[in-house]
Amino acid sequence: MKDRVRLTIDGHEILAERGSSILAAAREAGIAIPTLCHHPDQRVKALCRICVVEVERSRTLQAACAFPVADGMVVRTRSPAIREARRTILELIIARHPLDCLQCARNLHCELQTLAERMGVRDANFHRLDKSIEQDTSSPSLVRDPAKCVVCRRCVETCQEVQQVGVLFPLYRGADTIIGTAGERGLLDAVCTMCGQCSLTCPTGAIVERDHTRQVWEALGDPDKHVVVQTAPATRVTIGEEFGMEPGSIVTGKLVAALRRLGFDRVFDTDFTADLTILEEAHELLHRVKAGGVLPLITSCSPGWVKYVEHFFPQLLPNVSTCKSPQQMFGALAKTYYAQRAGMDPADIYVVSVMPCTAKKFEAGRPEMTAGGHPDVDAVLTSRELGRMLREAGIDFLDLPEEDYDLPLGISTGAGVIFGASGGVMEAALRTAYETITGRALENLDITAVRGLDGIKEAAIEADGLVVKAAVGHGLGNARKLCELVAGGSADYHFIEIMGCPGGCIGGGGQPIPTTNAIRRRRMDAIYEVDRNMPIRKSHENQVVKALYAEFLGRPLGEKSHQLLHTHYQPRERYPT
Amino acid sequence: MHLYRAHVLVCAGTNCSLKGHRAVREALTGEIVGRGLGGEVKVVETGCFGLCEQGPTIVVYPEGVLYCRVRVEDVPELVGSHLLKGRRVERLMYREPARPVAVQTVPELGYFRKQVRVVLENCGIIDPDSLEEYIGHGGYAALARVLGGEPAAVVAEVKASGLRGRGGAGFPAGLKWEFGARAPGPVKYVVCNADEGEPGTFKDRLILEGDPHRILEGMAICGFATGSRQGYIYIRGEYGLSISRLEHSIRNARELGLLGRNIFDSGFDFDVEVRFGAGAYVCGEETALFESLEGKRGEPRIKPPYPTEVGLFGRPTVINNVETLANIPSIVNRGAAWYRGIGTDACPGTKVFTLTGDIVNEGLIEVPMGITLREVIYDIGGGIPGGRRFKMAQTGGTSGGCLPESLLDVPMDFDRLAAAGSALGSGALLVMDDTHCIVDVTRVFSRFFLHESCGQCAPCREGTLQLHHILERFTTGRGSRDDLRLLGRLAKTLAGASLCPLGQSVPLSVLTTLKHFEPEYLAHIDERACPTGTCRPLAGGVKPAAAGNGRRG
Repeated sequence: MKDRVRLTIDGHEILAERGSSILAAAREAGIAIPTLCHHPDQRVKALCRICVVEVERSRTLQAACAFPVADGMVVRTRSPAIREARRTILELIIARHPLDCLQCARNLHCELQTLAERMGVRDANFHRLDKSIEQDTSSPSLVRDPAKCVVCRRCVETCQEVQQVGVLFPLYRGADTIIGTAGERGLLDAVCTMCGQCSLTCPTGAIVERDHTRQVWEALGDPDKHVVVQTAPATRVTIGEEFGMEPGSIVTGKLVAALRRLGFDRVFDTDFTADLTILEEAHELLHRVKAGGVLPLITSCSPGWVKYVEHFFPQLLPNVSTCKSPQQMFGALAKTYYAQRAGMDPADIYVVSVMPCTAKKFEAGRPEMTAGGHPDVDAVLTSRELGRMLREAGIDFLDLPEEDYDLPLGISTGAGVIFGASGGVMEAALRTAYETITGRALENLDITAVRGLDGIKEAAIEADGLVVKAAVGHGLGNARKLCELVAGGSADYHFIEIMGCPGGCIGGGGQPIPTTNAIRRRRMDAIYEVDRNMPIRKSHENQVVKALYAEFLGRPLGEKSHQLLHTHYQPRERYPT
Repeated sequence: MHLYRAHVLVCAGTNCSLKGHRAVREALTGEIVGRGLGGEVKVVETGCFGLCEQGPTIVVYPEGVLYCRVRVEDVPELVGSHLLKGRRVERLMYREPARPVAVQTVPELGYFRKQVRVVLENCGIIDPDSLEEYIGHGGYAALARVLGGEPAAVVAEVKASGLRGRGGAGFPAGLKWEFGARAPGPVKYVVCNADEGEPGTFKDRLILEGDPHRILEGMAICGFATGSRQGYIYIRGEYGLSISRLEHSIRNARELGLLGRNIFDSGFDFDVEVRFGAGAYVCGEETALFESLEGKRGEPRIKPPYPTEVGLFGRPTVINNVETLANIPSIVNRGAAWYRGIGTDACPGTKVFTLTGDIVNEGLIEVPMGITLREVIYDIGGGIPGGRRFKMAQTGGTSGGCLPESLLDVPMDFDRLAAAGSALGSGALLVMDDTHCIVDVTRVFSRFFLHESCGQCAPCREGTLQLHHILERFTTGRGSRDDLRLLGRLAKTLAGASLCPLGQSVPLSVLTTLKHFEPEYLAHIDERACPTGTCRPLAGGVKPAAAGNGRRG
């Protein structure tokens, strides 16, 4: 039995765990206290002061989120003084927040807006003292609008402590305080990895994804364009949240139906190229092991991670797999293999990706991501943008029937879908590697050691005397730990999977808001449920992938693969000048 | 040991050095040697003497004659007349406004008569750069005494003394030490808060300049009492003289084994490092100070946990203000009972104040707790210059409140000033005469906070901006009664909901001026008039001529 204390909140005597905050105790007792800077996955900041309460014998009001409960404590969460303080603080914040909510990407999904509504703010008493500060539109992935920033510092904690990239931090002092980069550079000129985790924790529209919906609408409306779409593994368990469904709702068939109704000519699946990635990458691993190449091999599916390693650990670039990410492999094949089969000019094919990710927008724009003159991918929609497009089109997502992906690039396996969760690439690769090495079927396909939200996971799998040692890291803070081990020579892994976002793609920076660790768990469970229910769960058994090799690519790591499916990286400055 | 027949003490505090004490001292030495008095008269540089307004000041002992505003040209006469012939130079001696006759010796000065010098006992007496002089005046005896006993006994003595923290909050120092001593863990720290940023406060600077070893001794005693072996002095980077004297003193103390390993062969190790602040006012708040000392952006932490649980580098830390630590050697040497004999029951001891503004004797004083504002301003401070009328006094610096004439008899200690809506704070005392516009002055205070808010918590970050904006509306004739109501709302919210004492104290000047000078606000709002004529865009009375107004800068 945990150590509990007895306290009184609003006249109710309640028991609460010693050391917990007044906020936690109150919520457990069903007493609501409004918050703004509070985030369930972050440490307590107590800086918005919206949650102030009265604690008996305390000279000032106290922030409920920070103040620990104690035996005999008497707390009031409602009084005229509390109400006035909360409203004053909120009105002060609003007095410097733009009132263009109608045009804001976070309209109706904004915590400040919700709070204002909940607290019944109807008048603006304080003088408007707008911040004259420009948007940062330098990044292909994210748009920052510091004028909308409420300086809650959630993005700062995300960038500094979770991702440990350290691009965003408070600049200046007092009322001049803004969140920004060193030297107030644009994100493109900073070491930003474009992971977009900051956009998940931002309560307002101060950091949002760069919008690609306009160009997708234009392509869809262009009769000369053959518009194909690919859906990332993780999106099938998250898009439902854009329409009020529970986190972890599996909506694969509805997603396909919705995209068809939007007007896409073909609805394909990134899971297909996830399977392809496994074949290429598993062979790359086996080749390196046999030929004494650079080890450990580190995955390259996550573009935020790739940009991170280019900035922070360029000495490890030889370790990074040369495989393009599944998104880029898909684009390259769509404009070659698929174009050939369909008898179309690749210039007329427009490839749209539906991604859980903001860094994918950056990746799609990398100059090396062009298979023969055409960009592999033309536009990248995050889950949030697709949600907006479907709402704009008036598509009633909840009532849609379940439909199947188009052939041939819509066929995939359970191994492809688990790419959406941290550990999934590793699990899929190990399934294939084991069977490739031994020629025998793997009895238990569930390699649970690499699943879940632990920061760093390890597994070793024995295949005919060869022990493959693997590690999985997700979130760039954990990536840093693994990189330091590898760079320091103290890692004896063969293969490392790294995803830039906590939880992997199900927790990606382009996913529906809110994305919290609790929500990540539910999405993760859904991913493995999709895998369990797939008839085929191993990438090397994907018949279309086999056919692709037979008809077009030849063999894994072959010449054509190298040309279309592999890439190279560039060291980037850690302190760009 | 060589004996001199006379000592010439030259104040080398910041104010006197700004007024050219060095040239005067050099001229004195030259003149004395030139006249063949080198073996008879010794020139000594001391810390602040207190009468900053009258600097450069010199005191000639054994008589104790005070000379004021001494210039290099005065030196031949001083030496030739006083030191050679024994004739005092009347024209350079201090004259009190109320008494036209020159004051003959230091003890006669009204300025000193009501003072009780504990913390400042060596200031203006000893050469601060001389460890020997500090020891000669009883220095490090207290450290030697405690090292022979038990740490708990030291804590008990400090507790019994009733000493309350002199940084502004007035928390019982002994209790803090007890928490620090009880905190578990092998590594603990003692931090001396010398980030003296309160406008109008310069006591810590002058204590450090005048008697640096006293702080080192206080810190070492604290270290012994609480189980810490490392001390840090976090000091304003601008305090160049304090820093150089501290660093010099630390070196000397280490050389003599008064800091470092195995002090007095007791097995107790203690050392001190000096770290500089970069000018942020908020870093005087203890947890923001820790952040800054750790190399981070200086912003207050959430409390609890308190510093004695989780302080510097996450370790239990006892952090005390300079003046608090400066009391420690005296308390150890003379006992808690003696200390309790000074001051009031709730606030024993003395308080060092810095007097600034429209007051004759601007400078540094030390008085028993509980002395009234009137005594300080009129009996010690010499009253308001130029025959002008007292308007208000702000106690505790810019973060304190403003008291009108009707509250001149309030006894000054932590509790009674708080009850009067103000604060004792760090002991800054700003006096203003009736030429000042209360609304404009409050606006200026609010501008300080607008500049110094760290920007972390919303009420302070946004509130200081609106507060200043509204006050500026008043002083430019744009204010309304609605603004006045907003001002009240803001003041309450800042006081009640801000994260740290900075934001919580912003409204004190607003609330007290609203309370005591409401008609002046209303004149600005309802009549668009500034009664003192200070606020230029507004109609108003003719601003009184500045003649006789002793303000500078």
